[in-house]
Amino acid sequence: MTELLVGSKKGLFVLRGEPGAPFDVATRAFPGDVVEFGTRDARTGRYFASVTSGFYGPRLMYTDDPTGEWEQAKGPTFPEDIPDKSIDRIWIVQPGEADGVLYAGVAPAALFISTDSGETWELNRALWNVPTRPEWNPGAGGLALHSICPWPGDPQRLAVGISAAGVWLTEDGGETWRTGYPGLVPQYVPEEDREKTHALCVHNMHRAPQRPERLFLQFHGSVYRSDDTGETWNDIAEGLPSGFGFPMVVDPSDPDSAYVIPLTADLDRVTPDGKVRVCETRDAGATWTAHGDGLPSNDAYLTILRQAFGHDGGSPLGLYFGATSGEVFGSADAGASWYSVHGNLAPVTSVRVSG
Amino acid sequence: MLRAPLKDRADGQGQLDLPGDSLGEVLRELERRYPRLEGWVLDEHGTIRRHVNVFVDGERGREDTALSADTRVHVLPSISGGSRS
Repeated sequence: MTELLVGSKKGLFVLRGEPGAPFDVATRAFPGDVVEFGTRDARTGRYFASVTSGFYGPRLMYTDDPTGEWEQAKGPTFPEDIPDKSIDRIWIVQPGEADGVLYAGVAPAALFISTDSGETWELNRALWNVPTRPEWNPGAGGLALHSICPWPGDPQRLAVGISAAGVWLTEDGGETWRTGYPGLVPQYVPEEDREKTHALCVHNMHRAPQRPERLFLQFHGSVYRSDDTGETWNDIAEGLPSGFGFPMVVDPSDPDSAYVIPLTADLDRVTPDGKVRVCETRDAGATWTAHGDGLPSNDAYLTILRQAFGHDGGSPLGLYFGATSGEVFGSADAGASWYSVHGNLAPVTSVRVSG
Repeated sequence: MLRAPLKDRADGQGQLDLPGDSLGEVLRELERRYPRLEGWVLDEHGTIRRHVNVFVDGERGREDTALSADTRVHVLPSISGGSRS
């Protein structure tokens, strides 16, 4: 049996079923609230949900049983000496490499760390205090730290992606940070200003665990790969129906394999040409194959959000994504063919495989 | 006076007697007694959340609104707060 955590505009859906057939809703938690992100820390079995009430604000919840009671974490919240900021949204929770360590990325763009398996959280002040921060500007979804890429086996190294403030890297556990800008081309900035801008709109970023110096990045208008730990980037979007999009998966067992779900353009955020296609590369971006077998292909204008694409880590890789139309799709054969996991949920914000 | 879901997080107590000379003091006392309400009415800096309405004897209150012993305080969600979802 496979378990999915599907965040939505109307709660967290826990889906369970056998790959290849529709899943059942095992439970729906936080009805009425937006669940931005749900995940499970495989090391401890603990589940996390980023919940935002339109009335009572954002909070991080955790539990060991998603069908039972949830506890509210202490944080992430900004400390008293940063009185003019409060958390708008918790975009991601990412298990780290050290025991008990998790990271959270929030808007306004900040990184928080927990050393007690997610119960309490502390701001990473070094990234908060980088001198260029006053020049950062939000993307359409806010000034968001939404991608966190640990380095397998090395808790000192981390890469984070910020919309719209680029890639930031640390090799000393977050004590110091430097940018990973070269090669990223912000086509929405006048050409003469691109060299000096910080307005680098990263949409998603993932590391290839089997070759950790390699990262894949979905940008605002193109797709990139770095083979030098995120220092420099190469455009690999040629062959895609569009360079624009948000969701991305990297095959954890094959550093040459990655998946994106392109959208038409920044001003038209739907699947191109009325067809839903998942695009796969098996040669690190040299070529792309569009998969649509089993996906809507006739007048299908779906929107798939940033965190709404996940995988099961298996071989062949199981893939799952959800759309704002409320449909969730799955593939049990690494994207070659697709089936409907569920057709009638609320607008999907995130999809992760939890078991 | 609290309604769901705040009431649920205050162990089902919809009506409470709380000490305090200002609205901010009363709301902080509410959080102290019921830690599961921490961050729900006040944000991390002690400011009443934008989409929460707190009425003091029928008038919209602020953190520094003065209270007397028989003041009635209602905590209600704003009708604008659901717009994001």
